[in-house]
Amino acid sequence: MIDLVHLYRAQFKVTIAEQFQYRGALVIWLLGLMLEPVIYLSVWAAVANSQGGQVDAFTAADFAAYYLIAMMVDHAGFTWIMWEMEYWIRQGNLSALLVRPVHPIHRHIAGNLTFKLLTFFVLLPVVLALALIYRPNFTISPETTAAFIPALILAMALRFAVEWTLASLAFWITRVTAINQLWFVAFLFLSGFAAPIALLPPFAQTLAYWLPFYRMLGFPVDVLLGHLTTQQIVIGLGAQVAWLAVAYALLQFTWARGIRQYSAVGA
Amino acid sequence: MPASPTATVPARANTARTAPVIRVSNLRKVYNVPERESGLGASVRSLFSRETKDVVAVGDISFDVAPGEIVGFLGPNGAGKTTTLKMLSGLLHPSDGTATVLGYVPWKREKAYLQQMTLVMGQRNQLAWDIPVADSYELNRAIYRIPEAQYQQTLKELSNLLDLGPLLTKPSRNLSLGERMKCELAGALLHLPRVLFLDEPTLGLDVTAQRRIRTFIAEYGARHNATVLLTSHYMADVEALAERVIVIHHGVLLFDGPLSGLVERFSPYKTVTIDLDGPASDIDRFGEVVRNEDGRITLQIPKSDAAAITARLLAELPVVDLSVTDPPIDEVIDRVFNTGEEVPETPEVEATAPEPALA
Repeated sequence: MIDLVHLYRAQFKVTIAEQFQYRGALVIWLLGLMLEPVIYLSVWAAVANSQGGQVDAFTAADFAAYYLIAMMVDHAGFTWIMWEMEYWIRQGNLSALLVRPVHPIHRHIAGNLTFKLLTFFVLLPVVLALALIYRPNFTISPETTAAFIPALILAMALRFAVEWTLASLAFWITRVTAINQLWFVAFLFLSGFAAPIALLPPFAQTLAYWLPFYRMLGFPVDVLLGHLTTQQIVIGLGAQVAWLAVAYALLQFTWARGIRQYSAVGA
Repeated sequence: MPASPTATVPARANTARTAPVIRVSNLRKVYNVPERESGLGASVRSLFSRETKDVVAVGDISFDVAPGEIVGFLGPNGAGKTTTLKMLSGLLHPSDGTATVLGYVPWKREKAYLQQMTLVMGQRNQLAWDIPVADSYELNRAIYRIPEAQYQQTLKELSNLLDLGPLLTKPSRNLSLGERMKCELAGALLHLPRVLFLDEPTLGLDVTAQRRIRTFIAEYGARHNATVLLTSHYMADVEALAERVIVIHHGVLLFDGPLSGLVERFSPYKTVTIDLDGPASDIDRFGEVVRNEDGRITLQIPKSDAAAITARLLAELPVVDLSVTDPPIDEVIDRVFNTGEEVPETPEVEATAPEPALA
């Protein structure tokens, strides 16, 4: 355990040093990342205002609150493992990681967390500035905050485990980009990113309820903003744990199989 | 291998003390690769039915390596050297056969095994591209859980041997090829591995850098009693480092024994150079004339007739100086690979390592 802490600390330092090498690229990439929720936010706010201030139960200020939180949850949860893994496998770079006595997943978890920590300080002023512009209606209480923390951590873990598993399909399929696209489209609509789940047509709501996407983004947002009953929160957390167990088992399975498949091409 | 009873006793005692570090037995790797003709039609067809074919990368090879041995692994491109190294370092599962390194089955990739070995392949393994070399080493220290004191000492030692001092603060991308290779090697050895798999460690380096790396590998091996299996295209590497060579070609082991034995076995010729004091005619009758300039003649003669022909040369020609040598090792190797097909099916193995059965 102490060794792992030491390893993560060392990896933090490396990632920070790497990110600072490319400050310019980092800022541009971050802006791109933040632009997407801002677009949804401005579109929905415009729709609400044109309909006399409301879309169903959502006012423009509710949309603002929803998307500002969603932006932070998305930032906490997104990964780039699908691109990285494809590169590792195709170029054979994975070999260097596999001959070390540490699972390659640690490198990515540590790198991911470091990046989030580092960029949070860029994200925060942007969120605050947007809050001044859009005047969000935050209905956050100590209770919802307490429930939000595990919901956020589980959402991050779940998204990481699923995306790692999908990424490891690159062991069999050399170009996983098509699968990535499919995943991102489904995620966009069923996670509550393009629109809050409550505004989706009933069948899509049911779909979102039973599939894991919503548990990775929309659910923690709804928890924090008090959109859910205690019972819904408990069921949601349970669903997150269950999905995480499934995703973890799949991750173990595909990784173990994938390693056997890996032909260690190139250098 | 016939051994007199008196010789067996000390050999047995010796084997018990130095059981092989690497044991490879009937190892085999077959790749299943997609096969497709070029052209648009073939591309479309391959969408529906994918044809694959089996390619035997490593046929059926067996060998042992004793502790502290440096073994050169020779073979042309595609011979199966790298595939073998990948199996022994745990990257590839073999299709058949067994292997143990330090008592571990490599492809189980147990932490305890990975902790004690290193694989150097290409130039981008240990070092992160954008950060100073020393920072990459710090990460390795954490990965291999190297105690601080040991780390500092090892780093100092490697630094001295390879003259790394000024390089440690530079990002890897700013290093020359030779500098990067030195840093890669040092990074791969910080955890003081007992087994080293080195795939072309001097590839692309200039002669000075090559020599530096070579000396270093020998030095490390000697200091830490490390077992080294190394491939190289440069015969100079192998001549300088390895007393024993294993030659594979088309995935089959052709030779395993001392470097000198390789020449003996694969070169049926000796090279005779004579200096003459006066004219001589019809030298062809002694053997094939390779060179003839300014009274110095180089002949290639069958090894079995070497003594007789030398005697005749001395008797019949005005010889001032005469030398009999083996042909250059490069030539021998070239001959082995170019006549690979003619080598008998069952490879003749001249094992220098003690018979494994005695262990």
